Amino acid sequence: MKLERRLEQPWWLSVAVPLGSLVVAFGMMAVILAATGHDPVETYREILDAAFTGNGAFSATFISATPILFTGLAAAAAFRMQLFNIGAEGQLYLGAVGASWIALLLGDRGATSTPLYVVAMCVAAGLAGALWALIPGVLKAFARTNEIITSLMLNYVAGLLLTYLIFDSSSYWRDTSTLQARAFPQGKPMPEASNWPTFGSEVVVPLGFVIGLATALALWVLYTRMRFGFEVAVIADSPRAARYAGMRTRRKILSVMAVSGAIAGLGGASQIGDFTYTLDGSTTGLQAAAFGYTGIVVAALARYNPLAVCLVAVLIGGLQNAGYTLQGPDFPSGLVGVMQGIILFCALGGELLLRYRLRIRRRSSAHGGSGPAVEPAR
Amino acid sequence: MNDTLLVVVLADAVLYGTPLLFASLGELLAERSGVLNLGVEGMMLFGAVVGFWTTQRVEGASALVLVLAILASGLAGAAMAAIHAFLTITLRANQIVSGLALTIFAGGLGLSAYVGTELGFSPDTPAKQQFGSLDVSALADLPVLGPIVFDQSALVYASWIATLLVGLYLGRTRFGLNVRAVGEAPASADAMGINVTLYRYVHVLIGGGFAGVAGACYSLSISPGWIAGDTLIGGAGWIAIALVIFAFWRAELCLVGAYLFGALSALPFALQARDVEVAPELLYAIPYVMTIIVLVIASTGLSKRRLGAPAALGIPYVREER
Repeated sequence: MKLERRLEQPWWLSVAVPLGSLVVAFGMMAVILAATGHDPVETYREILDAAFTGNGAFSATFISATPILFTGLAAAAAFRMQLFNIGAEGQLYLGAVGASWIALLLGDRGATSTPLYVVAMCVAAGLAGALWALIPGVLKAFARTNEIITSLMLNYVAGLLLTYLIFDSSSYWRDTSTLQARAFPQGKPMPEASNWPTFGSEVVVPLGFVIGLATALALWVLYTRMRFGFEVAVIADSPRAARYAGMRTRRKILSVMAVSGAIAGLGGASQIGDFTYTLDGSTTGLQAAAFGYTGIVVAALARYNPLAVCLVAVLIGGLQNAGYTLQGPDFPSGLVGVMQGIILFCALGGELLLRYRLRIRRRSSAHGGSGPAVEPAR
Repeated sequence: MNDTLLVVVLADAVLYGTPLLFASLGELLAERSGVLNLGVEGMMLFGAVVGFWTTQRVEGASALVLVLAILASGLAGAAMAAIHAFLTITLRANQIVSGLALTIFAGGLGLSAYVGTELGFSPDTPAKQQFGSLDVSALADLPVLGPIVFDQSALVYASWIATLLVGLYLGRTRFGLNVRAVGEAPASADAMGINVTLYRYVHVLIGGGFAGVAGACYSLSISPGWIAGDTLIGGAGWIAIALVIFAFWRAELCLVGAYLFGALSALPFALQARDVEVAPELLYAIPYVMTIIVLVIASTGLSKRRLGAPAALGIPYVREER
C-alpha cells in the first residue's frame, strides 16, 4: 500500500469522506457498547428514537442543536485561519452575561417590545463575546502568545465569573428580591417580553436556531465570496506569502477572533432568550453543558464549512439530546462524549483520504516492475 | 513555625505541583520528538479513574496495590496517547485538533466518566487506599524544611527522580540526542538512520504514561476518590502544556514551573482556611490568570532569543515530501 498526494479532490469526496467517517465511528462505538455489555442495536434504536423519530424529539433536538450551532460556527470561523480559538465556551458565558444585563436593564426601564429585546440582547452578547475573545486575540497578534492555552484558560475564568456574579456577590444579575432567593442564590428572572419567540407547533424551532442559520449564511458569504475570506485562506495556508502580499496578518487575527467570539456570544444570548430566561451561575447549569468543546467537534466534522455546520449541529444536537433523555443505567453519562470523540477521531483519520490517494500495489512481481525501486537503507 | 502561611503554601506547592510536573515532563518528551499532544487533560482524567479503580478492586498490601495502581494509570494514559500517535503520526492528522479530540474523548464528559459509571462508582466514591507521607526517619518535624521536603508522599520523590532521568536522558544519552534530532530536523534524522516514526510513537506513548500517572496523583493523593466530571483535574492538563512552553522545553525548568503553579493552586485553599475576606472565585482564578501572564512574558520578553521550541513541533513527517 502506498499513499500518494492528491493533486485535486473530486467534489463528491468531501461529502463521502465525512459520511464514511460517521459510519465507521458508529461501527467502532457498537464494538465498545457490546464490549461493555450493552446491546448496540437496541442502544442505537433508542438514540434514534430520542433524537429524531420519537414524539417531540425533533423539538428537543433543536434545543440541543442551537448552542452548538453557534459554538460550531465560532470554531469554524477561527479554525479556518489556523487560529485555534477554543474559548467559545467562555465567550458564550460572557455573551449570556451581556445579554442578560441588557435585558434586565431594558426591563427596569419598562421596555415591552420583544424585537427590541432580541436586537439589544444579540448586540450586547456579540460585543461581550467579541471582547472576551479579543483578549487571546490581542495577545496572539502582539505578543505571539499561544492562543490555544490563553483562550482555554479564559474559559475557566469566565466560568468562575458566572459563579461569582450569582453566588458570591450582590451583582446586578443576582435575585435578592425574596428571602428564599437570598438564601439560595439564583439569577434575576428576565422580563417577560425578553423571552424569544419560537416557530412552528408540531416541531418547535427556537428563534436562536434561526439566527444561527442566518449567521451561518453570513459567515459563508464572508469566507467564500469576499476578500476577507480570501485573505483568511491565504494566511491559513502560508502566513509568509500573506505577508509578502501585503496582507495585514495582525489585523486579521484580531478581526477573526472578534467574529468568532461574537458568534459564540450570540449563543449565550440565545441561551438566555430561548431557554433559561435567567443567568444560571451554578456549575451544573450552563457550565456543565460544555457547548464550546462540542462546537469544536461540530466544526471539525463539518470541515469548517459554515453551511455544513448547520447540518452537523442538528446531528450532534440529536446525539446530545438523546444523551440527556436516555441517561441512566443503560446509557452511562460519558457515552455521548465518547461518541463525539470517536466521531472526531474518524473524521480526522478520514482527512487522510481527502488529501491522499491510497494505491494498492502487488509486491509479488518477480522482476520488481512496480515495487519500490530503491528503499533507502535503514 | 511550620504552620505559617508560607510554609503551608510551599508544602502544598510540592503536593499540587507533582501532577503538573509529571504531566509536563510527559508533554516535554512528546514535544521534543516533534508531536504536540493537547490531550493531556483527557489522559490525566483517564489515568485518574483507572488508578482509582485499581485501588478499589485489588486487595493486598497497601504499598503493592498503590504501585500497581500507578502502573495501571500509566498504561491507561499511554493507551490514550496511542490514539493520538496513530492519528497524527501514521494518518498525518492535524495534531491540534487530534489532541482536542482526545481531551473530549477521554475527558470528564467522555471515557473517564463512562468508565467511572460503568464500574459503579457513585459520584463521590471515597478511596480505599491512598498515598500517605513517607516521613523519612521523622525528619518531617524539622522546621520549615520538614513539611516541605520530608512530609511528602512517594509520588513526590518519584517525580524528582523522573525529572532527573528525563533531564539526563535528553541531554546525555544517545537516544535522547536522537529524540532531539527527530524533533528538530526529522529529515536529517531520517537520513542518519534514525527511525522517526518509531521515536515519535515511543515518546508520545511515554508522555501519555506520565500524564496518566499525573492523573493518579489527584485520585490517589491530592483529593483521594473519584468525582465524575472534570472538576477533579480542573484544567491542570492545560497548565502542564503551558508549563512546557514556560520551561523552554527543559526538564529542570519544568520542576520550577510546576512548583510555582503548585503554589498558585494551593494558595486559595490556604487563604480560605485563614478566613481571608475575598470571594473564593477570585482566588480560584489565580492559577488560570497567572498561566496567561506567564505565557505572555515567556513569548514576548524572551522571544528575541531562540526559545527552545523543537523546530519540527506540530509538523507531520512524510518521507516523500521532505
